[in-house]
Amino acid sequence: MSNHLLSLLIWLPMAGAVPVLIAGSRSSLSRWIGLLVAIVTFVASLFLLTGYDTNGPVMQLVEVHPWIESLHINYALGVDGISVALILLTTFVGVLVLIGAWDVIKDDKPHQYVAAMLVLEGLLIGVFCATDALLFYVFFEAMLIPMFILIGIWGGPRRVYATLKFFIYTFLGSIFMLVGLIYLYQQAGSFDMATMAATPLTMSQQSWLFFAFLIAFAIKIPMVPVHTWLPDAHVEAPTGGSVVLAAVMLKVGGYGFLRFSLPMLPDASAHYAWLVIVLSLIPIIYIGYVALVQEDMKKLVAYSSIAHMGFVTLGLFIVFILVRELGNYDAAKLALQGSMVQMMSHGFVSGAMFSCIGVMYDRLHTRQIKDYGGLVNVMPWFALFMVFFAMANIGLPGTSGFVGEFMVILASFSANPWIALVAAFTLVIGAGYTLWLVKRVVWGDVTSDKVAAMKDINGREAFVLGAFAVVVLGIGIWPEPLVHLMGGSINHLVHQLAISKI
Amino acid sequence: MHQLPTSILLIIALAPLAGAVLAGFVGRRIGRSGSHWVTILGVGLSCVLSFYVLYQLVWGGASNYNHNLYTWFQIGKFNASVGFMIDRLSAMMMVVVSFVSLMVHVYTIGYMADEENYERFFSYIALFTFSMLMLVMSNNFMQLFFGWEAVGLVSYLLIGFYHKRPSAIFANLKAFLVNRVGDFGFVLGIAAVLYFLGTLDYQTAFDHAPSLVGKTLQITQGHTWDAATVIGILLFIGAMGKSAQVPLHVWLPDSMEGPTPISALIHAATMVTAGIFMVARMSPIFELSSTALSFIMVIGATGALFTGMIGIVQTDIKRVIAYSTLSQLGYMTVALGVSAYAGAVYHLMTHAFFKALLFLGAGSVIIAMHHEQDMRHMGGLRKYMPITYITMWVGSLALCGVPFFSGYYSKDAIIEAAGEAHRWGAGYAYFCVLFGALVTALYTFRLMHMTFHGKERFKVVDSHAQEGHGKDHHHKPGELAHPPKESPWVVTIPLIMLAIPSLLIGYFTVGPMLYGTWFGKAIHVQQAHNVLAEMATHYHGAFSKGLEGFAGWPFALVVLGFVITTYVYIFNPSMADRIKRVLKPVYIVLDRKFWFDEVYQAVFARGGVKLGRLFWKAGDTAMIDGAIDGSTGLVQRLASRMRRLQSGFLYHYAFAMILGLILLLGGFWWFGHV
Repeated sequence: MSNHLLSLLIWLPMAGAVPVLIAGSRSSLSRWIGLLVAIVTFVASLFLLTGYDTNGPVMQLVEVHPWIESLHINYALGVDGISVALILLTTFVGVLVLIGAWDVIKDDKPHQYVAAMLVLEGLLIGVFCATDALLFYVFFEAMLIPMFILIGIWGGPRRVYATLKFFIYTFLGSIFMLVGLIYLYQQAGSFDMATMAATPLTMSQQSWLFFAFLIAFAIKIPMVPVHTWLPDAHVEAPTGGSVVLAAVMLKVGGYGFLRFSLPMLPDASAHYAWLVIVLSLIPIIYIGYVALVQEDMKKLVAYSSIAHMGFVTLGLFIVFILVRELGNYDAAKLALQGSMVQMMSHGFVSGAMFSCIGVMYDRLHTRQIKDYGGLVNVMPWFALFMVFFAMANIGLPGTSGFVGEFMVILASFSANPWIALVAAFTLVIGAGYTLWLVKRVVWGDVTSDKVAAMKDINGREAFVLGAFAVVVLGIGIWPEPLVHLMGGSINHLVHQLAISKI
Repeated sequence: MHQLPTSILLIIALAPLAGAVLAGFVGRRIGRSGSHWVTILGVGLSCVLSFYVLYQLVWGGASNYNHNLYTWFQIGKFNASVGFMIDRLSAMMMVVVSFVSLMVHVYTIGYMADEENYERFFSYIALFTFSMLMLVMSNNFMQLFFGWEAVGLVSYLLIGFYHKRPSAIFANLKAFLVNRVGDFGFVLGIAAVLYFLGTLDYQTAFDHAPSLVGKTLQITQGHTWDAATVIGILLFIGAMGKSAQVPLHVWLPDSMEGPTPISALIHAATMVTAGIFMVARMSPIFELSSTALSFIMVIGATGALFTGMIGIVQTDIKRVIAYSTLSQLGYMTVALGVSAYAGAVYHLMTHAFFKALLFLGAGSVIIAMHHEQDMRHMGGLRKYMPITYITMWVGSLALCGVPFFSGYYSKDAIIEAAGEAHRWGAGYAYFCVLFGALVTALYTFRLMHMTFHGKERFKVVDSHAQEGHGKDHHHKPGELAHPPKESPWVVTIPLIMLAIPSLLIGYFTVGPMLYGTWFGKAIHVQQAHNVLAEMATHYHGAFSKGLEGFAGWPFALVVLGFVITTYVYIFNPSMADRIKRVLKPVYIVLDRKFWFDEVYQAVFARGGVKLGRLFWKAGDTAMIDGAIDGSTGLVQRLASRMRRLQSGFLYHYAFAMILGLILLLGGFWWFGHV
C-alpha cells in the first residue's frame, strides 16, 4: 500500500465525493459518508509519519506514471518532510471542517457542500505531493473550482463580487506561472521539478521567471499589495470555506515559493530577496494597523492572516542574506524552519479563529464586533477557547504561534537587526488588534438580550475547538518533532540555495 | 557535593500547575473548598520543597543544578531546551515566590469568600505560581521568555478578573500592550544574544560573554554600537515593561483593578520583580557595558523618585501602595545600575515580604470597609482591627527603611551604593534615592494616618443591617452597614506570617547575602566597580549596622516625613487642603501623574486607530481596490465599445472586411517596397 499511499490520499477524498452526492440531501447519510471518508483519509495520512524516513532521500514514497508522453508530462508524486507536514495539516483540517459544518449548512444541498470540501481536500493534497510541475499546476488551478463553488453558493450577500475577485486574482497569477512553467520546460526538457531545479539558467532568464512566479504565489499567500481579495473572500465565505482558505490554501503560496522560486531560481531570488523582504515587512506594520480598525471580525482575522503570512515570506527570503552574504547556514536553517513552522501554526490558529467566529455567527448571524460583548458571561467555555486562540494568534509562548515567529525574528536579527526590529513590531500591534477584539467581544458585561440568549458551545463545537487547541498547545510546548520532521528537507534546500545556477 | 534530584525540581514546578488544572477544569465539580485545597496543597508542596532545595544548597552541600529536561528545538548548532538552573539566586527566588504565593492562597480564602468564580481565581493564582517558578528556574533565554509571557498572561487574566467592570478590562488590555512594548525589546535582546554568543543557554552564554568585548553591531554605514551595550539595553527594555520602569510604568497603577490578593502576589512581590531578577541573572553580560548600566541606573532613579511623589496625592489605598511599588522597583533598578546586583535582589526579597504584607493588610482594611478603597472615608480603624493595624505598621516601617527592620538593610544599602558609585549619572541617582526616602515616608505615614489614626470619617448606618450582603450591595461612600471588624484568621495568619520576615529577615541575612559572597558565581561583578565589596569593608555586623542607621541621612528624612504627616493628618487636618491650595501647580502635576496616560492615550491608542483608518481607507480601499476596480471598469468600457462593433448588420461586417483587406494589402505593398 505504501507505494500508492500518496495517490490514495489524493483520490480517496475525491472519490468519496461521489457516494456523498449520490446519498443526496434528504438524510444525514451524506454527512456521515463524508466524515468517514475524511477520517479515513486522515488516518491514512498518519502512515506518512511511519512511511517517511527523515534520514532518507529527499523525495520519498515516489510514484511516477507517464501521463502525456509526447510532452514528457508525468503523473509524478513524492513527498519530503515539509510536504508531509502540510498534508497532515490538510487532512486534519479536512475532518474538522466537516464536523464544524455538521448542521450549519441548512439549505437543501448540504451533500454538495460536503462533496466540494472533499474534492478540495484531495486537490490540496495533490498540490503538496506533485513533483511534476504541470501536475502541480493542474492541482493548483483545479482547487479554485471547489472554493469558487463553496463561496459562490454558501457565501454571504456579496458572494458574487467576492468569488469573482478571488477567482480573477488567483487565476491571473497562475497564468503567469503557466507561462513560466512552459518556458522552463523548454529549457529543461522535462516538467520534472527536480530536473528544472538542476537546469542552469542565466540571470535574465531567472529574473523573468522569478517575477512570473512571484505574481502567482504573492497573490496566493497573499502579499501586499495584491491581498485585497482575501478579506472579501473570507467575509463572504461560509465558515468551513474560510477555515480551509486560511488554514491550507494560503499555504500553497508559501509552498510554491519553496518548491519553485527558491530551488529553481536561486540567483534571481537572492537578487530580489530585498524586494520580497520589504513586501513581507510592510504587512507586519501596515496590515497590523488596518486590522486594528476592522469592524467585521472575519475581516480582522483575515488581515491578521496576511500579517502572519508576512513572516513566512520573510523567513523564506532572509535565507539568501544569511547563506549568500554571511555564510551563516545555521541561521538560514532557523529562518526556513521558522517560516515552515509559521505556516503550520497559522494553519491551525487561523482555522481555529475562523471556527470561533463561525460558532458566534451560527448563534447571532452577524460578524460585526459591535453586536457582541460580554460573551464570557454566557459562554464561558467558548470564551476559554477564544482567549486561548487569541493568545496563540499573538504568538504567546506555549502556543504554536510563538515558535515560528520567534525563530524568524532570531534568524532575521542575524541577517540584519533592522529587519528583526520591524518584524518584532508584530508583538505589539498583533496583541493590539487581537486583544482589542477579545476585549470587545469576550469581556465586559452582556451588551444585548440577543447575546444574553446565546448558548455555550455544544459537544460538537467543543470537539472541533478542542482538537485545534490540542495541536496548537502541543506544537507550542514541544515543537521538536515537527522541526525534526522537516529538518532533513530544510538542510537539503539550504545547501541547494548556496550554489549558483548561472 | 551531591546533586539535587530532578524529580524534586519537577514537583516544585508542576505541583502548582496540577492544582491550577484541577481547579480550572473540574472546579465546579470539586467545589469551592475542593478548589482551594488542591491549589494550596500544590503550592504548599512547592513551598516546602523550595525551602528544602535552598537548605540543601546552603547547608546540605548540594552542588548547583544545571540540566536540560527536553529539547525544544535543535536546528543546526542552535539548541533551545527546557531545563532548570538552580543555584542560590534561583533557590532564593523559588522560596520567595512559593512562600508569598502560599500566603496569598490562604489569604484568598477569606478575601474572596463572597465572590463568584472563586474556583477560577484559585486556578489562575496557582497557574501564576507555576509560570513564575518556570521563569526563575529556567536555564536558558527561551524558557525565560516562556515564563515571562506566561506570567504576563495570568496577570492579564487576573487584572480583568472582574470582567464586567469597564475599567478592569481596559486596565488588563493596557497592561498587556505596555508589557508587549517591553517584550519587543526583550525578544530583540534574546536575538542579539543568539547572534553574538550563538546560544540560548545561560551557562554557555555567560562563559562566552567576555568575547563580547570589542564586538560591534553595524547600525548604519560607518556607524556601530557596542555589542554588550546593545544586548544590555534591549534586554533591559523587557525589564522596563515587566518591572514597570519609567516610561513603561503606566500599566501598574491600573492593574489595581484586579482583586487585592493578586496585587500583593503579582503586582508587588513577584511578577514585577522578574525584570530585576533577569538583570541580576544576566550580570555577566550587563557587567560588560557601563553605558547600559548607566542607562539602567538613570531610568531606575527617575522612577524611584517621581512615581513615589505621585503616591503622595493618591486617595485610593491600593493605588498609594501601587505607586510605592513603582518607587521601590526604581530602587532595585538603581542597585542594578550601580552593579550592586546582590543589593537589588536582596531588596527584591525584603520588599516581597513587606509589600505583600502591606497589600494584604490593605485588603484586610478593604474587607472591613465593605469594599471601600478611598482613604478619605476611613480613619480610626486602629481600634477595630488590631492585628491588621500592627502588622501594617511593621510593613510600613520596613518600607520606610527604619533601622533594624528588614527594609532598612536592603534600602539603605542601595542608597549608600548609589553614593559610592562612580558611574555616569550616579550623582543624579543618589539624589533621587536619598530624597526618595523622604517621599516614601510621606506617602507611607500618610496612608497609615488616614487609615488607622485620627477621627473616623465613616458612619455606620443601621437601617441597612437587615439587607443582604452581596457584592452588588452599594452604599453611599462613607456609609457602612456594620461597624468594621477584624478579618478572619485566614486573613490575619498570612499577615502575621509575612510580618515576621518583614521585621527580622534583614537582621539575620544581611551579612552573608548582601556583604558576603552568598550568591557565589550566580552573580558576577567586575572588581573595578564592585561597590558592595567596598561597603563590606566597613560592615561590622547587623547590629552595629542598625545602630549606624539612626545617624544617617535617610533616617533623618524618614523622621522628617513622619513629623510632617503626623502634624498634617493628625493634629491639623485642615492643613492638607491648605497645602494643596498653596502648591496647586505641583498638586496638579502629581494628580495628573505627569500626563503620561493622557499622552499615551492620545498618541498610541487614538493615533493608532486613526493611522489604521487612514491605511485602510486610503491604502486598501482607495488605492489598491480603486486601481483594481478601475482597471476592471476600463475592461468593461472597452468591452462595451467592442460590442457595438458586432452590430449584426451584414454591410458593417462586409465593410470591415474590405477595410481590413485594404490595410493588409497596403501594408504588404508598403513594407515590401521599403
